[in-house]
Amino acid sequence: MKRILVIAEIKHDKLRQVSLEALAAARKMAEGHPDCEIVACAFGEHPEIADALAEHGADRIVFLRNGQLDSYTTSAYRQALLQAMDALGPDAVVTGHTAMGKDLMPRVAAKYGAGLISDCTAIERGEDGLRFVRPIYAGKAFEKKTIGGGKIFVTVRPNNIPAEKAKGRGQVETLDVDIRDLVAVVRDVVRKTAEGVDLSEAKIIVSGGRGVKSAEGFAPLRELAKVLGAAVGASRGACDAGYADYSMQIGQTGKVVTPDLYIACGISGAIQHLAGMSNSKVIVAINTDPEANIFNVADYGIVGDLFEVVPLLTEEFKKVLEKL
Amino acid sequence: MNIIVIMKQTFDTEEKIVIRDGQIVEDNAEFVINPYDEFAVEEAIRQKEIHGGEVTVVTVGPPRAEQALRTALAMGADKAVLIDSTGLELDEYSLSHILHAYIRNQPFDLILGGNFSVDNGAGQVAVRLAELLDLQQVTTITKLEIKDGKALLERNVEGDIEVVECPLPLLATAQQGLNDPRYPSLPGIMKAKKKPLEVLTVGQLGLAPEQLAPKTNVVERYLPQKKKAGLILKGEIPDQARELVRLLTEEAKVI
Repeated sequence: MKRILVIAEIKHDKLRQVSLEALAAARKMAEGHPDCEIVACAFGEHPEIADALAEHGADRIVFLRNGQLDSYTTSAYRQALLQAMDALGPDAVVTGHTAMGKDLMPRVAAKYGAGLISDCTAIERGEDGLRFVRPIYAGKAFEKKTIGGGKIFVTVRPNNIPAEKAKGRGQVETLDVDIRDLVAVVRDVVRKTAEGVDLSEAKIIVSGGRGVKSAEGFAPLRELAKVLGAAVGASRGACDAGYADYSMQIGQTGKVVTPDLYIACGISGAIQHLAGMSNSKVIVAINTDPEANIFNVADYGIVGDLFEVVPLLTEEFKKVLEKL
Repeated sequence: MNIIVIMKQTFDTEEKIVIRDGQIVEDNAEFVINPYDEFAVEEAIRQKEIHGGEVTVVTVGPPRAEQALRTALAMGADKAVLIDSTGLELDEYSLSHILHAYIRNQPFDLILGGNFSVDNGAGQVAVRLAELLDLQQVTTITKLEIKDGKALLERNVEGDIEVVECPLPLLATAQQGLNDPRYPSLPGIMKAKKKPLEVLTVGQLGLAPEQLAPKTNVVERYLPQKKKAGLILKGEIPDQARELVRLLTEEAKVI
């Protein structure tokens, strides 16, 4: 392992936390290879993120320069990444398992005829080399994979491999890339998440199920989420009933999340929902039914009406957070 | 318009997972069309209903996957192809090469598939196939309109909606919200029995050995550790709320 490329992803003008986690994953892969160079690569020029990347182990920071890279399109980013790979010759490429990572990495891995470990949650070193841990069946089970040979591509799931401070050389470079023949055109972007926190990267999630009873019923959950800086999620039951948008759905269909704290409100705990959240670090369940399945995975439970409990929690958290 | 749907048969999402000797136990499990692929099948049928043409559903899998293809035919697909992979250890690399070897010789205007499968969950195969076919791709779509050889698509990008215009041919993957898949009707089920279902073996596709050799290997499968029983709080609700906040801040330290 001589060189690992890590994609530094920008969202809403900020470096994504998962990109720092990807740097930590790259450093793990580089263990035992003291000469291995870690190169962070960003689409577009973003000098403001260079320090953070260097402080998390990036030896070189390469900004890919072309006006077509201001926002993501498969074709433009694919062309840019292929040119970066030609110029840098990495043995491995690591990125977040984000919308971009999912859309781009299989394509580039296929181009190189290479293996890709998707949605990796941990990296271990076994006697047969690196072992990549990833969930299957949305976290109902896990598998460990090895890569036979050739280049290694990895996407890491947000919130699983902790970001670590590490001194990198942090040498900044730019690479002009050539982009042509763009066929698919993005006509419009409708931001629906402007005020919210992204579910897949959220440290805290407040989630509602059928017990929320209506779209308006999510209001107290949003209040609590606002106080905690949390994202708001929903069960399939709540989405199917039209209380919440499908983009909020957590479960085996929907998003799989692993926040530090998951607060399940009025969620019964169907197997397919548990698959999407049961690997969260701490789970709180609030449900009127003491027999609800959700209590089997909860670290803390309150048997009670969410419309009574949640506003009380909001008030209590406000008080506590003011003191901190 | 000719539409190819790539699909997979998966465990029903309400199934629990049991592992024996490093393998997922399939005995008595309920199998379904992967839910995301079901959106793709439904969308293909709707587009055919508007524009005419033919819908072909293709899967790579064991013989039991025929059942999922029959369901798709009963929904309204016209033809099905089962590429029997019995005995082969595949990963996303080799699987996409198998699909590519079959599809590259077929006429199509549009390829649809699910955004990911709810079992393996990697979401690689469709995108890899697009690369191998040198096709435009639009992933995680929630809307598709085709007019004058062009597709107007909406894709869900981490909650935001992106509107994309792209000429055919292209490959698109379905996200939840794209449509509400129909249940096969009784006449549909009867008709499906007479629709063509071709069974091929991987060996018939003329792949080079290196295209069938996986690039990644599973060395272990296991279930997550069972959580120890949690704490159900007691007392008046306001006291419980106060105690919970204390526990989360002082004991669990997640705030």
